[in-house]
Amino acid sequence: MNQQQIQTTIGEIVRGDREVFPPYLYEAYQSTRRRAPQLALINVPLTLSELTGPGHAISAITSEDADLTRNAGTGGEAVGQRIILTGRVLDESGAPLPNTLVEIWQTNASGRYLHKRDQWPGPLDPNFLGMGRALTNAEGVYRFLTIRPGAYPWKNHPNAWRPAHIHFSLFGPTSLTRLVTQMYFPDDPLFFQDPIFRSIPTERARQSLIATYDHSITEPEWALGYRWDIVLRGANATPFEKAEGNA
Amino acid sequence: MSSLPLTGSQTVGPFFSLGLLYPAAQRNVLANPQTAGERIRVEGRVLDGAGVPVPDAMVEIWQANAHGRYNHPADQSEAPLDPDFTGSGRSGTDEEGRYWFDTIKPGRVAFNDQIKQAPHLTVTIFARGLLNHLVTRVYFVDEPSNVEDVTLQCVPEARRATLLAHRETREGVTVYRFDIVLQGVNETAFFNV
Repeated sequence: MNQQQIQTTIGEIVRGDREVFPPYLYEAYQSTRRRAPQLALINVPLTLSELTGPGHAISAITSEDADLTRNAGTGGEAVGQRIILTGRVLDESGAPLPNTLVEIWQTNASGRYLHKRDQWPGPLDPNFLGMGRALTNAEGVYRFLTIRPGAYPWKNHPNAWRPAHIHFSLFGPTSLTRLVTQMYFPDDPLFFQDPIFRSIPTERARQSLIATYDHSITEPEWALGYRWDIVLRGANATPFEKAEGNA
Repeated sequence: MSSLPLTGSQTVGPFFSLGLLYPAAQRNVLANPQTAGERIRVEGRVLDGAGVPVPDAMVEIWQANAHGRYNHPADQSEAPLDPDFTGSGRSGTDEEGRYWFDTIKPGRVAFNDQIKQAPHLTVTIFARGLLNHLVTRVYFVDEPSNVEDVTLQCVPEARRATLLAHRETREGVTVYRFDIVLQGVNETAFFNV
């Protein structure tokens, strides 16, 4: 990876582990400037409200729709490099989290989202919605069949391009396990200039957002394979470390 | 116990409605005609540091039923479950930054064996420009038990009002208004959880 650093102002306010979670204010990502809170987060006890959560109930009512190459319902198949994307959802102790809803969304192969606000001239694909969902199985494993998303330009800075990524949203078993994040692909040459990726504070934590190419996941004559595990806070979660400077 | 590093958070970006707000994924209406409890609408705006509405935010809520019981295996209280209530909501914001939920006022859930919490909703906010989600609570301004709520008392007194939803009645419907201010004057108190 290009080790060039983005020069930016980094805010003090962080929710959770400062080695893992990005600061709210990361000025190189311009949209943080008016939206990042400026006052210390409040340390509160973990009550039943935090130690329960909607994941259990939502999982029970969701149908599976994990084939993004065909779920547009057109009868046609999405254009692009087919990939199988699989991995485990674990808690901090390594225990698998079964029956957990995983919602994903992404661009098509040309880097275009099917969204009215995405108007850059990458072609749309009538056979690709770019959204899917799956439940983890008893071993905590999710599996999607999709196409590899493309990179796309955005207006954050001159000639800014987002590295190819897939958005992930997970509930997990409690309110504490809620996570929305993005999964990236190995060796992407665009990481060095992407403030969203680089807002993750440490190299180890950034690497954990990058999937691994895994030939054992591929299907011959059909699809390539990537593996990406996700670690959520545990069932026995303790409060986050006291926020610095939060008297 | 070995401890794996957690997976970091990233913004939902500007296009999340594609994956998170398609019709079957929106849950603005939590109560059906059989649900027990006092019908309320909870609504408000998400505002940025310049007071500008945030049109690309998502607000999720989680709450107990009218009897004060969460629909979750970790809540083993004697209060009954309500088969007509899950307690989970998800709303996008519109061009004016507005979100809304039609729900019921939650009952009081336990804080510990001795005391109960004041009625509240757990609120989670996502948006373009939020690299990590924000967590807070909605309390009800006309609720006497607020003064004994341990979590609310953790919030510095000067900021406590930012967690109080204000009651009004509109065409016979009880409406609690709760604006979420991401930054600046009257910034909502967010929690480190």
